[in-house]
Amino acid sequence: MSTLAHIFEAEGLATIALGSVRKQIESTSPPRGLLCDFPLGRPLGKPGDAAFQHRVLSHAFSLLESSEAVLEEFPEAIEDDSFEVLACPLPARSNENLHPVIDELRGLRPAYDRAISKYGNRAGTGRTIGVDELEGAIEALLRVSDGMPWKQAGIPGIPSRVAQDIRAYYEMAALGLSDHIPSAWAGTNWFFNETETGKLVLAARVSMRDAGEKRPIWFYMAPGDR
Amino acid sequence: MSDRDVKAMAEDMEAPQFADVAFSIPTELSKSTVAVVTSASLHHVDQSDFAPADVGYRVLDNSNRDFQTGHWSPNFDSTGFAVDFNTVIPLDRLDELERQGKIGRVSDVHLSYAGNQFDLSAIRMDSGPAGARLLREAGVDVVLLTPV
Repeated sequence: MSTLAHIFEAEGLATIALGSVRKQIESTSPPRGLLCDFPLGRPLGKPGDAAFQHRVLSHAFSLLESSEAVLEEFPEAIEDDSFEVLACPLPARSNENLHPVIDELRGLRPAYDRAISKYGNRAGTGRTIGVDELEGAIEALLRVSDGMPWKQAGIPGIPSRVAQDIRAYYEMAALGLSDHIPSAWAGTNWFFNETETGKLVLAARVSMRDAGEKRPIWFYMAPGDR
Repeated sequence: MSDRDVKAMAEDMEAPQFADVAFSIPTELSKSTVAVVTSASLHHVDQSDFAPADVGYRVLDNSNRDFQTGHWSPNFDSTGFAVDFNTVIPLDRLDELERQGKIGRVSDVHLSYAGNQFDLSAIRMDSGPAGARLLREAGVDVVLLTPV
């Protein structure tokens, strides 16, 4: 963003760049920068909190009064809740004849549909595979975790991209199960720590790494610190 | 996993350096047209998705707020945007500031680029200046840049 700020200013536009990562905004030095120590993915800070968002905007627009390049820090940081896991009750096993991962996936469908109905599909599935194709993708990941090369296992796309659709399904389901807007990463932590499918994605990722697959194929199946 | 851990990974990514800082003097904010430019890879439902190394931009219609994110990085939280697009592109807030007379008007168009880019040369040389000229032709005076 700070790079675009330089480019846009050179074209005659006045810019204010919000920044989430201190070293990045400090080193790129946009003409007017506001460091906002908020979780990545939430540059205005708090979803559903208009008053907070207005405070951020008010500070940002105040930088237009400066007659020279300026970098300030928004005084309210949002400390991430570290390892908070969304307290979502997982559905009980409903069909003992199904693999637990498939049973879980099906059990969360009402919650997913409820969240899509409420919020729309801004960050949901469908970029690589649709929600009705998730089951086949997960069956393929089961084969990968058992040692089958991913190209033979039938993953319906690049694994990292398929994994994003799977994660999006679960994070939307988490919103459907939750009675409040979760803190950043809580849905992600719930997916990878608590659900059968999240654990499967990590296991398949490890299998691919150990099999010597190219790093970009498996690494981006989960956040980089996993 | 925590946000601190993910930010720590991003801190050491190489960032472009600019020897000269261009600085445009804005018109009075209450008379300015304001646009948002985000790196959240947003697009409308009927627009093409972003490719993983997409250096282009999508023009977002201010009257159509049915956005989807096309970001390929797994290293950010998407649930905030999922429940409230203003967390990334604060158009409802800008509408309110326009009604209050604090900004002149909200631009008819906004732009979205893809974040998580490792090679910025094409954006610096091509799509960045093109996007800026598009906004200038749309009468934009002030741009708020939001990172994802």
